[in-house]
Amino acid sequence: MHVAIIGNGISGVTAARWVRKLSDHKVTIISSETDHFFSRTALMYVYMGHMRFEDIKPYEDWFWEKNRIDLVTDRVESIEYTDKSLKMKSGNDISYDKLILAVGSTPNKFGWPGQDLKGVGGLYHVQDLERMEEYSPNLKKAVVVGGGLIGIEMAEMFVSRGISVTMLVREPSYWSGVLPPEESKMISEHILHHDIDLRLGVNLGEIHDDGSGKACAVTVKETGERIECGFVGLTAGVSPNIGFLRDTGLDIGRGIKVNDHLETNQPDVYAIGDCAELTNPKPGRRGVEAIWYTGRMMGETCAYNICGKQVAYDPGLWFNSAKFVDIEYQVYGSAPAQMPDDMASLYWQHEDGEKSVRINYDKNSKEILGFNLFGVRYRHKVCEKWILEKTHVEDVLKNLGMANFDPEFYKEYEPDIIALYNKQEGTNITLKTRRGLDKVLAFLNR
Amino acid sequence: MKLLQTIGSILVILSILIFIGMLGLGTKSINLDALPGNNTHQTAAISQAINELDAKGKEVNHIGFVSLASEVIDKANEIQEAKFQQSGAPDGVGEWDFRFGGNVGGFKQKLSSTAKATGPVQSNPWLFFFLTFGLAIIGGLLFIIPKFAKSPGIKHDGIYHSSLTSGLKLTPRTIVLAAGIIGTLIYGFVKLNNFFWPLVTTVIGVLFIYFVFIKEKSKGKDPQRSASPVNTAWLGMLAGALLVGFYILLYWKPEYIQNWVSMVDPISEMLNGGKASRWFLYGLLYTIIMAVMGIRMLAKYQHNKYQRVRTYSVMFFQTAFAFLIPQMISKLNATNAYDNPIPAPDLKNMWPLDYSFFFNYRLDEMVANGSIGIFMLVWGIVLFVIGVPVFVYFYGKRWYCSWVCGCGGLAETMGDPWRQLSDKSLRAWQFERYIIHGVMVAAVLMTIGVLYTYFTGSYSILGINTDSLKSWYGFFIGAGFAGIVGTGFYPLMGNRTWCRFGCPLAGYLGLIQKFKSKFRITTNGGQCISCGNCSTYCEMGIDVRSYAQKGQDIVRSSCVGCGVCSAVCPRGVLRLENGSGDVATRTIEERTIHITEDMIYVKQDFS
Repeated sequence: MHVAIIGNGISGVTAARWVRKLSDHKVTIISSETDHFFSRTALMYVYMGHMRFEDIKPYEDWFWEKNRIDLVTDRVESIEYTDKSLKMKSGNDISYDKLILAVGSTPNKFGWPGQDLKGVGGLYHVQDLERMEEYSPNLKKAVVVGGGLIGIEMAEMFVSRGISVTMLVREPSYWSGVLPPEESKMISEHILHHDIDLRLGVNLGEIHDDGSGKACAVTVKETGERIECGFVGLTAGVSPNIGFLRDTGLDIGRGIKVNDHLETNQPDVYAIGDCAELTNPKPGRRGVEAIWYTGRMMGETCAYNICGKQVAYDPGLWFNSAKFVDIEYQVYGSAPAQMPDDMASLYWQHEDGEKSVRINYDKNSKEILGFNLFGVRYRHKVCEKWILEKTHVEDVLKNLGMANFDPEFYKEYEPDIIALYNKQEGTNITLKTRRGLDKVLAFLNR
Repeated sequence: MKLLQTIGSILVILSILIFIGMLGLGTKSINLDALPGNNTHQTAAISQAINELDAKGKEVNHIGFVSLASEVIDKANEIQEAKFQQSGAPDGVGEWDFRFGGNVGGFKQKLSSTAKATGPVQSNPWLFFFLTFGLAIIGGLLFIIPKFAKSPGIKHDGIYHSSLTSGLKLTPRTIVLAAGIIGTLIYGFVKLNNFFWPLVTTVIGVLFIYFVFIKEKSKGKDPQRSASPVNTAWLGMLAGALLVGFYILLYWKPEYIQNWVSMVDPISEMLNGGKASRWFLYGLLYTIIMAVMGIRMLAKYQHNKYQRVRTYSVMFFQTAFAFLIPQMISKLNATNAYDNPIPAPDLKNMWPLDYSFFFNYRLDEMVANGSIGIFMLVWGIVLFVIGVPVFVYFYGKRWYCSWVCGCGGLAETMGDPWRQLSDKSLRAWQFERYIIHGVMVAAVLMTIGVLYTYFTGSYSILGINTDSLKSWYGFFIGAGFAGIVGTGFYPLMGNRTWCRFGCPLAGYLGLIQKFKSKFRITTNGGQCISCGNCSTYCEMGIDVRSYAQKGQDIVRSSCVGCGVCSAVCPRGVLRLENGSGDVATRTIEERTIHITEDMIYVKQDFS
C-alpha cells in the first residue's frame, strides 16, 4: 500500500513516522516548500541568528532514507480522487492508495489596499522568511499588522536586528480575544518595555506604493496617520490552505471537513493539521485548531486509522504554549478571556510584571478547571491529571509545588499564591508539597 | 553603551597585541647560577662549553638566545661524549647521569628558560602587567558591564551572524582538525624521539574511524547539521589561532615566553614567596579570564538563578581551590620547585583528569611533605574513589563538570560564546564514545604502569617502557588534546571539545551518571515544539530535542548538567532533576507524546 502525504510539516511528518512504526507501507511525503521537515515555530530563531536553518530540522537528512520515507520536492496541481492520483507540476504524477492532506495554512489577507505589494508579507513559510531577509538590510522601520502570536514574533525578530517596529493591533489590548484582561495588560506592557511601538485598537487602512511596486508606508484606518516603513508584516492570523482544493469534490468548510477518524468525504483521503476542520469538535474546542500540538496528535491518530487500527481523534485536555519576547506562556485546561459566571479565578501576579499564575476553578464544586501561566513553568502532566480527576482547588493548592517546573534555585511562589487564595476565600490552607520530582513521580504513578 | 563597548573591544585588542609584542623585548644572558645539569659533572661540561664558546655574559635577544643555548648544549654534549669515550663515567656516577644522552633538547630548553632576562619587562613588570592583564580586564569589563542594563532574557541574537561565533563549514573544519592531530603526532615523534607511541596512536585513530564509518554504518549518513553552512567565522579562526599559539608556547616552547613569566614575578613573590613559573602565569591568566568571563555569564543570565549560582561556583573553585589555596600551601611548605611541570597542587582536580597524580615525583613530594602531603594524597584518592560515585548518584556528574572543574569552568565562562558549535550529528556521538572511553582506558593503563614502576622500580611491564608511555600520554593527551585541541578549538568545535571527547574523568563520571544516578533532564509532557534551541546550545553536542519531542527523559553519560537547554527552551519543556523514584526505569521511551487515557486503552487493544 502506498500512503502519499501532501505537506511536510509537523502533521504530515508525524503521520509518516507513525505509518512507518505501525506498518511496512510505502510512504511518500510531498512538499514544494522545502526538501526536509523543519520546525515552523522556530523560523524566527533563524532570522534572529540563534540558529541556522539546519538546526531547526528535527532529524538529520539521512533519517528519511533510513526509515524508508520517500521525499518528493514538487507541487501538487490537482488530485484525481477516482483514479487515486496526484497531478504534479513536474509532470511526474503520483498514484496513491491512501492520501493524507496536511497542507497547512496561509496568512490571512483581508483585502487591504496594497496587500500584494513587494515588501509585504506574513510569516509562515520558509519563503516568507526569505522575503524578510531580503528586505532587512538597511531597513529602518517595519510595521506589523495583527496582535497574535506571529505578530509579536515578527516584531521581536525585527527588534533583534535593531529595526524599529510599530504594531497595529485591532483589539483594545494585546491578544485580548484569548488572554484574560490582566494577562493581556501585562503582556502589552512587556511589549512596550521592549521598545516596540504597540498601537492598540487600530486597524490597517492601506499600504502605500513607493511608485516601484514596493511598500513604503501604511495609513492607520482610525487616525489617518501615515507611518513610513520599508516592510509591512501581515500577521492577522492564518486560514486553512485550501485554495487549490476548492470545487474538486472535496467537502470544504473553513477547512477540509473531516470526521472523527480524520477522513474526508473522498474515499481513502484524510486531512490533518492546520488545514483540517473537524465536523464534530469536542465540547469547548474549535473545528480548526492551527497549532503544533494538535497537528502532531492528528498525524499520529491518522496513521493508526490508515494502518487499520480505528481510533477516534481526541486531542485530550487543551494545552498550548508560546513566548512573548522574554515571557513564556503555558496554558492547561480552561482559561478563557471572558470568565463564565460559574468559574472562579485565582490570579497572582509578580510585582516585576513578568510572571503570573491564574488558577481557574468551579465556583460551586471548587473543582479545578485550568491554569494560565506566564513566566512560571508548570508540569503538564500534573496539571492535566488534577483537571481530569476534577481535583478540589484546595487540594491542588496544598500540593501546588508538584506542579512547579521552574529550574532549581528559582524562587517558589506557591506560598504567595496560597496566601492570596486564603485572603480571597477566607480559608487557612498551607502548602504541603514543595517543588521536587519524587513526589511528582509518586503522584503520577499512583 | 555602544561607545563603552567599542572602547572595551579596542582595549582588549590592544592588550593582546602588547601581550604578543612584549615577548621580543629585552635580552637574555646565560644564568651561571642556574645551569641545567643534573649533577656537577654535567654542569661542569656546560660551564666549559660556555667558556669555549665565549658565551659568558653575552646579551642576545630572546629568539637569538635559543640558538645560543643550542650551541652551548651541543658543545657540552661533545665535550662530555669525548670524556666518556676516553674514560667512561666516573665511579659512582651512572652512565646517563654523566652523558647528556637523548635529552639534549630538554637541556637546551632548560638553559633557555632559566636564562637571565633583562629589559623593560624585567625593570617594569607592573607596567607590563597593567598593559596586558590590566587593559584586558578593564576592556573586558567595559564591554560586559553595560550588558547588565539590558532586560533579562535569552541573549542569543546574532550569534550565527557573527564572524566570531558562527563556526566553519564541515570540510574546512575537518581539514583544520586533521591538520592539528597529524601535526601533533609528527611533533610528538620529533620531540620525544619516539616512533612507537605516535604509531600506536595513529593505529587506534584509524581503528576508531573504521568503527564509526563501517561498524556503526555512519558512512553515507552525511552530518549536514554538524557545522556551519557558510565559512564566515574568520574572527573565530583568529581567536582559535591565538589560543593554539598560546598553548604551543606554554607547553612546548617555554623558552620563548620568559617575558610573560618575568612580568608576573612580583605577584608570585607576593603569593608564594618564590619566582613565577610558566604554570604560575598560566594559573593566574586562567583565573582572571574565568573571573572576567564569569561576570559576562552573570550579565547574560540575570534571569536564571541556576546559571548564576553555577557561575559563582566555578569562579570560586578556580580562584580558591585551584589558585590561591595551593599558593598558600606552597608558601607554607616553601617547596616551590622551579618549573615544576604541574601547577602547585590544584585541590579540586582529581585523577584521572589530573593524570600525573600518581607520578613518582608527586607521590614522593606528598610523602615527603609530612601531614599536609599525606592529607593531599588521601584527599586526592578519596575524591575519586568516594566523592565521584556518591555525588554523581545524588546530583549527576554536573556537581563536578559544571560546578567545580577548572576545565569545565573555563568552558562555561570563556567558552560560552562558542557553545553552539558542538557537533550534534549521530556520527559525532559515535566518535565521542570511542574516543573518550579510549582515553579513559589509556589513562588507567598509563597509571598502572607508573605505579608499577613506583613500587617495583622496574621501567618495563610486558615489554612496554612505562616512562615512554607516561611521556607520550602527557604530551599527546595532557598537552595536545586537553590544551591545544581542547581549548584552542573552542571557536571551531565548541567549548567542551576536551570534556566531551577526551576527559577520562568525564568518562568515569559519565558511566556512573548513566547507570546509577538520580539525575536526569525531564521533559514537560507534550509541550515540545522541536525548535532545536536545546540541541543547538548543548555544549556537549547532545541532540536534546530528539528526546524532548518524544517526551522522553534525558539520561546521557555526557550531560554535564549546565542547564542551558532548560534555560533556552522557549516553551518551558526541560528541567534538570534528581529523583530516586525510578532510577531503573527513567530512560524508558514514552511511546506516545500526548494522548488521553481512553486512547491509550484503544491503542493497547490494537497492539
